[in-house]
Amino acid sequence: MKLRTPISPHIHIRTTVTTVMLRVVAALIPGIVVYAWLFGAGVVINILFAIAVALTCEALMLKARGRPLRPFMSDGSAVVTAVLLAVALPPLSPWWLTLIGIAFAIVVAKHLFGGLGHNPFNPAMVAYVMLLISFPREMVLWAPPTALAEPPLDLMETLRAIFLGHYPGALSIDALSMATPLDQVKTQLGLEQSVAQTLAASPAFGILAGRGWEWINLAFLAGGVWLLRKRIIGWQIPVAMLGALAAMATIFYVIDPEHYASPLFHLLSGAAILGAFFIATDPVTAATTPRGRLIFGAGIGILTYVIRTWGGYPDGVAFAVLLMNMAAPTIDYYTQPRVYGRK
Amino acid sequence: MALSGSAGQESGPGVNAKLWRFHGGVHPPQHKAESTGAPVRRARLPKRLVLPLHQHIGEAAEPVVVKGEQVLKGQMIARANGYVSAAVHAPTSGVVLDIGDYPVAHPSGLSASCIVIESDGEERWVERTPVEDYTAINPSHMRNMIREAGIVGLGGAGFPSFIKLNPGPGKVVDTLILNGIECEPYITCDDMLMRERPQDIIAGIHILRHALQAKECVIAIEDNKPDAYRIMSEAVASEEKIRVALCPTIYPQGSEKQLVQVLTGKEVPSNGLPIHVGVVLHNVGTAYAVHRAIHLNEPLISRYVTITGDAMGQTCNLEVLFGTPIIDLLDECAADMARLDRLIVGGPMMGFAMHTVNAPVVKTTNCVLATTTQAMPAAQTAMPCIRCGACMDVCPVNLLPQQLYWHSHAKEFERAQEYSLFDCIECGCCAYVCPSNIPLVQYYRYAKAEIWAQEREKDRADLARRRHEFRIERMEREKAERAARLQKKKADVAAGGTKQKGDDKDSKKNAIQAAVERARVKKEAVTNEADPSSEVEDSDKKLD
Ligand code: SF4
Ligand code: SF4
Repeated sequence: MKLRTPISPHIHIRTTVTTVMLRVVAALIPGIVVYAWLFGAGVVINILFAIAVALTCEALMLKARGRPLRPFMSDGSAVVTAVLLAVALPPLSPWWLTLIGIAFAIVVAKHLFGGLGHNPFNPAMVAYVMLLISFPREMVLWAPPTALAEPPLDLMETLRAIFLGHYPGALSIDALSMATPLDQVKTQLGLEQSVAQTLAASPAFGILAGRGWEWINLAFLAGGVWLLRKRIIGWQIPVAMLGALAAMATIFYVIDPEHYASPLFHLLSGAAILGAFFIATDPVTAATTPRGRLIFGAGIGILTYVIRTWGGYPDGVAFAVLLMNMAAPTIDYYTQPRVYGRK
Repeated sequence: MALSGSAGQESGPGVNAKLWRFHGGVHPPQHKAESTGAPVRRARLPKRLVLPLHQHIGEAAEPVVVKGEQVLKGQMIARANGYVSAAVHAPTSGVVLDIGDYPVAHPSGLSASCIVIESDGEERWVERTPVEDYTAINPSHMRNMIREAGIVGLGGAGFPSFIKLNPGPGKVVDTLILNGIECEPYITCDDMLMRERPQDIIAGIHILRHALQAKECVIAIEDNKPDAYRIMSEAVASEEKIRVALCPTIYPQGSEKQLVQVLTGKEVPSNGLPIHVGVVLHNVGTAYAVHRAIHLNEPLISRYVTITGDAMGQTCNLEVLFGTPIIDLLDECAADMARLDRLIVGGPMMGFAMHTVNAPVVKTTNCVLATTTQAMPAAQTAMPCIRCGACMDVCPVNLLPQQLYWHSHAKEFERAQEYSLFDCIECGCCAYVCPSNIPLVQYYRYAKAEIWAQEREKDRADLARRRHEFRIERMEREKAERAARLQKKKADVAAGGTKQKGDDKDSKKNAIQAAVERARVKKEAVTNEADPSSEVEDSDKKLD
């Protein structure tokens, strides 16, 4: 009789990496549904296409690196990267933009840095920044919410727009798109318009922040809270990041409401919520100690505000995350929790 | 009494004083009900009993019987060898068959020195002299009796109990904690003991308190054992300064340092002992054993053992004589040998899987857990660490298991020590929750073993270096002596020569004398340090 003699513990909870990753994807679904509802099916098409590209790249890289396919293909990490990047891209992005972005995320940012668990930078954000720098024009062409588009694109038109670059009638992508709310505030401020004037003047703004965006972000928030409750993510990073962002926004808003957007506008526009719950919390690249996570999150919140307000790009979440990724190991080292029985 | 300074610390049943929490912890499925259905019965008397000389922490005991000798039940067959050691007694009457190496319950799967007894089935006892009034015995004598009885901590580690009954000069014991937590899944032997022997446990507690002069005593029980809690509460109802604390079930609450924190809010210093915060802990089983040792003058020869797991035909608790081969218990409880896949001694969180069914039950064997692949499937492939921090959230010591793993894996042992590797109690919480299925504890054990090996290696290198220096010194000395002899010879020859060279000769003589003197001093220095060299020889032999 052969007895097996593994080392303790002999039991294990059922959660696996796959569970963790799939829960993250599941938590993104409400936001994506609202997104598609308000902006058309483009985002869903992008996501599906991105997942297909990501899994292909993942398989090729695993083969090239001589890693077993089965456990790594099913871990779900490539899917998370694909969904996050696809959500961050404009919904009518041409297919090649998604392809280049995902391929870069998986091949370079993930596998060339050592693969799952070893990459120092969030792959989706590395790819996002790469695209922003290489294709600045395509990256800012956001379709307006369907309610504002005349007439809105149907599914076939969306598919044609993404994969063939054909737009209905004589329209071009430029005509179809409009600047995002964050963008507009920034541009108008440059033209000496006050924030309030901008908000009142443009149809792109809704009750709380950017029209449509406010609801998408609330849906992402709901997914994020669910992740917290399922203990897939800790509270420290989202709370610290949103708290720091709101604090910065409040300070400047109180000083000069003419020129600075309100904290609520900052929280519910752009990628703040998505970033706080889904991107900054990427465990591999975030700080890992409890206090370290607070510092890490706060750093992202502050940097996001700084880049949004004074930087050259409309949204700063991606840059802020990457900058703090760099600091994560150092933050961890200096924020070790106090061990039982030690001073 | 007007002694009690702290408010809200009333004694008596049903009154639960404030409890604290330790960091982390997990809630694995309990599986306790399986083995608590029937009353405890005695296991069958085995034909052959195999008694390892090393059933405790410390030095192995030293046999005091010889092959072929007749022994009586309770007769000492091996005596404690040094301070940290424990005696071994014959669990039944019979004859010593052999003294030699046999398989034992040890993670290494290696054999160890054992005394084998063939039972004669008569269970004839040695002469016993029970103590009527334990208060008449002074604590030091009491400790010695407990030592002679071979009692060790029955909770798991097996540290000789009498040592923990000696707090040391000037140390005041505020709280004596009786550990009835039993936080590992499956194990129920303490639960059953508390249900069935409450009065005996209390009698043992009195003795322990007397030996320690403890101010108060707390019996800690998890709330997954309502029967034991009720029975013990009733048993202490009329007792002064003994209370029962009902603690919310969480693993590893039974671990000493965590339990001290839960009951007193104090942390035992790293590298320190509970006594440093005025606390002493004993297992409830130990209290029971102490009662038997003093009031009945019976040494420790048996214990309650939980027999459980889905490969067992019958799950229960048995009173088992030490030395009983585990195969006998599997047999008695109709284990399904064909499906048996893992045979664990201890619980599923910290117990170790055995290589053989032939090892015997010893003092620290609290549970024999026999499982199939259904209850405990093989671990899934380990994935890379995704730094999710789940391990950190459950670590009861508040370590960063992911960093310990990272550095152990990379063989950066110094870094691992910076992250307090040696504070890890190997409770397994981190590995239990790790979504990547990394066998974390295995890495920590490996890292600890490597560090110990490196330290030994360093000691060895130090010895080698000293030996080398010694040799160089000796060679120098010999050279000096040779030179001196040569000089002397030349001088003697020259003595018959011209007197012109007189001054020169004198200086030569001086030189010779100086050299001889130097050599003598060196030689003395070396002889004073002669021990290291012999040590070197010894340690070389040991290491080879
Ligand atoms: S639980 Fe496992 S995967 Fe998560 S941080 Fe700890 S070791 Fe890494
Ligand atoms: S095994 Fe060590 S590191 Fe893991 S949870 Fe227990 S004490 Fe912490």
